[in-house]
Amino acid sequence: MGKITITIDNKRIEAEPGTTILKAARGAGIEIPTLCHFEMCDMGIENRPGGCRICVVEVEGRRNLAPSCVTEVQEGMVVSTHNIRVLNARKTVLQLIISDHPFDCLVCAKSGQCELQHLATQFGIRSLPYAGEQSRYRKDTSPSIIRDVDKCILCRRCEMVCNDVQTVGALSAVNRGFMAVVAPAFEMNLEKSPCTYCGQCVSVCPTGALTEVDHSYEVLQALSNPKKTVVVQTAPAVRAALGEEFGMEPGTLVTGKLVAALRRLGFDYVFDTDFGADLTIMEEGTELLNRIKGYLAGDPNVRIPLLTSCCPGWVNFFEHNFPDLLDVPSTAKSPQQMFGAIAKTYFAEKIGVKREDLVVVSIMPCLAKKYECQRDEFKVDGNPDVDYSISTRELAAFIRQANIDFPGLPDEEYDDPLGESSGAGVIFGNTGGVIEAACRTAYELYTGRSLDRVEFHELRGMAGIRSATVDFDGLKLNIGIAHGLGNARKLLDEVRAGRSQYHAIEIMACPGGCISGGGQPYTHLKEEILKRRTAALYMADERKRIRKSHENPSIIRLYKEFLGEPGSPRAHSLLHTEYFPKSNEITITLNNH
Amino acid sequence: MSQKTEITPEVFQFMPGDRESLQVKVTLPQEKIEIIDRICASSGNDPGELINILHEVQHQFGYLPAEVQEVIAHNLKVSVAHVYGVVTFYTYFTMIPKGEYPVSICTGTACYVRGAEKVLEEFKKELKIKVGETTPDGKFSINCLRCVGACGLAPVVLVGERVYGRVSPDGVKNILDEYRK
Repeated sequence: MGKITITIDNKRIEAEPGTTILKAARGAGIEIPTLCHFEMCDMGIENRPGGCRICVVEVEGRRNLAPSCVTEVQEGMVVSTHNIRVLNARKTVLQLIISDHPFDCLVCAKSGQCELQHLATQFGIRSLPYAGEQSRYRKDTSPSIIRDVDKCILCRRCEMVCNDVQTVGALSAVNRGFMAVVAPAFEMNLEKSPCTYCGQCVSVCPTGALTEVDHSYEVLQALSNPKKTVVVQTAPAVRAALGEEFGMEPGTLVTGKLVAALRRLGFDYVFDTDFGADLTIMEEGTELLNRIKGYLAGDPNVRIPLLTSCCPGWVNFFEHNFPDLLDVPSTAKSPQQMFGAIAKTYFAEKIGVKREDLVVVSIMPCLAKKYECQRDEFKVDGNPDVDYSISTRELAAFIRQANIDFPGLPDEEYDDPLGESSGAGVIFGNTGGVIEAACRTAYELYTGRSLDRVEFHELRGMAGIRSATVDFDGLKLNIGIAHGLGNARKLLDEVRAGRSQYHAIEIMACPGGCISGGGQPYTHLKEEILKRRTAALYMADERKRIRKSHENPSIIRLYKEFLGEPGSPRAHSLLHTEYFPKSNEITITLNNH
Repeated sequence: MSQKTEITPEVFQFMPGDRESLQVKVTLPQEKIEIIDRICASSGNDPGELINILHEVQHQFGYLPAEVQEVIAHNLKVSVAHVYGVVTFYTYFTMIPKGEYPVSICTGTACYVRGAEKVLEEFKKELKIKVGETTPDGKFSINCLRCVGACGLAPVVLVGERVYGRVSPDGVKNILDEYRK
């Protein structure tokens, strides 16, 4: 079929048949505001319920204004995107949406990042002619995510992401008319639902209806308590995104400034979760080799493939959806938890601080980490290995409160010994990074030879499901990679059916990996930002002197002084965990409004 | 405050947004699960048939309690949240068993302007329940509907299939007394 010619704002434009007016306009550089609609082409994600009506345009010959996000182009169409009639309609639509929205912008967690607020500013809304009743609903607080659906504008982005992208199915639009909300089944609290706390709903929510639970006040209290020694660890993906919060170019690596800022905030020791990542590779890589050796030797008790287990959203997902496969994932704890376990034993001993006087804080791109660090199995006599997990966004707010000129900070180095890390640790933040890091170490341990080239380009990329065969000197390993829980489900269904061809599978709950985690600076769904963060982490790897986890001197020393060998009884008790089936029985909890 | 109540599906009470906090856990007997399975299978377990399946299941059980919705969601491979979304969207579907004598008050335009609101208030006061609820003894439930095509008799009340016309708040007690014996 040939192209269609249409006119938008007096500009002749050629468009593919089937394209929407919105897409055709944007392709020609004409911006039309949207609220419910969003699209991420590379990941094949689109939400277009056509519900908010902010994107209406005038089409000549049509009586009513047309929502441009769902109206397809037709030959000869003449469209006006910003005439007076359109602007008036948009203003009215906006005023109607705001008439059922709380006016607490001053204390809203989303203020400054809210798309509704942004549109109200853009359209110069100065009065609200439609005063009336507002729909009220209870606030729902889970370990990671707060639902404040009074602020929900029913764009249904979260519903689409939760169901179509992640296939978690925790959220759905329920009730109708004035009572309509997005909620879990039976309006139970998120904590009782199959929610994995991946936080992708928070990433796409245009308003403050879905936000993270803020733990920065608890961190502040710990820092101001002279009896406490406060240790902080920073996840790989944080350094590739934090700069965005301070107006720096997306993809700017701010590792040194991040360390400097944390020191100025008063943390006693600034360490790196990348160290925990290197430790994960030692344990998980050893487990991978042992399982493969056992499998090749024909041991019927060995489960193949090995699934990575460093992503807490993914762990929650398989506990909910694949309780019959709990022996398939690696037993290795996540880097955050490995770090916490070592900090509160090995390191606490080293500096002569009692466990209860040591506070471990983690800076994470992730909201599921908040839940993970609260899990009972990661506590010793009620004292958690990681006390508080705060997101990249929470840290940014913290830095602003402390009046620190972030871009102007000097670059500083992490403290020893838990701040030393390899390039393998830093790529954990990208999809494919964990398995690449594991391959670097497993290859050398298995073959006894040094890799000529440490990069495994065949494991990189953005396709939702990828596969590659890695040659370990004749031992051909089939590697699978999935990011986004919907893609993970496909690979897990294969495992359940006994059809999986893989020896090892890496899974990340968030599309793209941790770089697009639910706790990262809001991208307002610009894919380019995610690509730059990915590139930044690979660059961080290239700049590292040491690029393989097993060559990290602090890791070598930790095993020599404290753990013994990877997989030793002590390593097992500190660095490995178990998984629990999450009941899918119906339990309905209704709280007071 | 949270209380845990074990109740059988027959007297299962559930109100979205209820003021009382309650936890309910009900296990559906196997034969009821099989009825639901049969209904779903007769529509090929097609998620596109969800509304028809809900109609049929409600016809069988009289209402759609949570665990029934869970079985349907499982069979159709859709999320329970999605099924609940559809159940709460259509006023026809109910999660509460109706009373032995369901009271329906018409709040259509004609009945409304002739005082249906006051009649409704009187039923609520007399039965001590809200719209959509059932009395604890299971005898009465209150629902609102829009126009039964008897506008000349406004305001109109139905008890079961029986129609009462020109109902005044004073007459509410008499109507209920007919069924209270």
